[in-house]
Amino acid sequence: MSPRLGGNLSEVWVYLAASPLLGLTLTLLAYQGAVLVSQRCNGHPLANPVLLAVTALVTVLWATGTPYRTYFDGAQFVHFLLGPATVALAIPLYAQFGRLRRMTIPLLIALSAGSLTAACSAVMIGHLFGASDATLLSLAPKSVTTPIAMGIAERIGGLPSLTAVLVILTGILGAVGARSLYALLKIDDHAVRGFAIGITSHGIGTARAFQVSEQAGAFAALAMGLNGLLTAVLLPWLIPPLMRWLG
Amino acid sequence: MLNAVTLLLLFQLAGEATTLFFALPVPGPVIGMALLFAALALRGGPSGELRETAQNLLQHFSLLFVPAGVGVMLHFQRMADEWLPILIALVASSFITIAVTALVLHALTRHQPAPADTERQP
Repeated sequence: MSPRLGGNLSEVWVYLAASPLLGLTLTLLAYQGAVLVSQRCNGHPLANPVLLAVTALVTVLWATGTPYRTYFDGAQFVHFLLGPATVALAIPLYAQFGRLRRMTIPLLIALSAGSLTAACSAVMIGHLFGASDATLLSLAPKSVTTPIAMGIAERIGGLPSLTAVLVILTGILGAVGARSLYALLKIDDHAVRGFAIGITSHGIGTARAFQVSEQAGAFAALAMGLNGLLTAVLLPWLIPPLMRWLG
Repeated sequence: MLNAVTLLLLFQLAGEATTLFFALPVPGPVIGMALLFAALALRGGPSGELRETAQNLLQHFSLLFVPAGVGVMLHFQRMADEWLPILIALVASSFITIAVTALVLHALTRHQPAPADTERQP
C-alpha cells in the first residue's frame, strides 16, 4: 500500500526515490535521450550513448543526493539482462561460422597478442605515471567484459567496483577512437575491425561494431568472449611477476 | 519470443552451473554463449524466433552497460587523486591494443578475400 502523501512534493520524491521504479525509469529515459542525441549527431563516435547516458544519470543522482545503491536497486533489472544478452551473442557469431573456421589460426594469434598488450600496456603506462598499486591491479583486466573483469580484479587484489568503471571507460574510449585509428592504419576488413575493437573494448565495442555491420559485430562478440576466457586464465599468473618487476 | 527468452536463460543457467561446478574463472554467461554456439552448430542454425529475439536484445546492448557505468560516482575521490595516470593508461592502452590486434590479424589474413558485407545505418 502506498502511504498518503497528498500535496507534499518533497515527501513524494523521498518515497519514489527509494523505490526501484525511479532508478529503472531514469535509466531508460537517459538512454533513450542519449540515443536521440547520438542519432542527431549522425552516430558520431563522440556522441556515444553509454557516455551520454552515464553522464546524465550521474549528474541527476549527484544533484538530488541519491546514493548509487538506491539507484542500482532499480537499475539492476537492466543490469541483469547483460547475462541473457551475452548468451544471445552466440547467434550472430554462428552466422560467421564459415569465415571463423577459415581464420582460426590468425584469430588465435591476434587474440594472444591483443590480450597481452591490453593488460601489460595498461599496467606499465599506469605505473610510469605514478598510479597506486590498487589502481594498477584494477586496471589490468580493463579490456575484458564487466563481469569477468570484476572477478579477475578480485583474484589479483584489485578493487572490483573500480575495475567495473575502468572497463566501461575503456569500452567508451575504444568505441570513440576506433574509426579514426582504422582509417589511419588503412584497415578496411570488417572482420579485422570488429575483432580488434572486441578485444580492446569488449561489449561496448561490440555494440558499436554492430552499428557498423553484422560481420563486424559478430567478430567483436567472438573477440570479447575469447579475450574474457584468455585474460581470466592468464592474469592471475602474469600480474604478480609483472608487479614485482615494476617494484 | 517467450520460447527464445526461456532458451537464453536456460543456456545462461547451464553456463552458471558449469562455472560453479568446475570452479572456472570465467563467468556463466560466457560459457552459456559457448554452449549455445555449440548447440547451434549441431542443430544447423537458430530458429527464426530465436534470431529475432537475439536481434532485439542486442540492438540495445549499450543500454545494459549504463547501470554499471553510473558506478563511477563511487570512485570520484580516487579518480580525482589519480586522474592523470588513469586517463593516460586507458587512452594509450586502448589505442595500442586496437592497433596491435588489428595489424597482427590484418597481416595474417591479407591474402584471404574478405566477403563484401552489407553496411547497416545506425
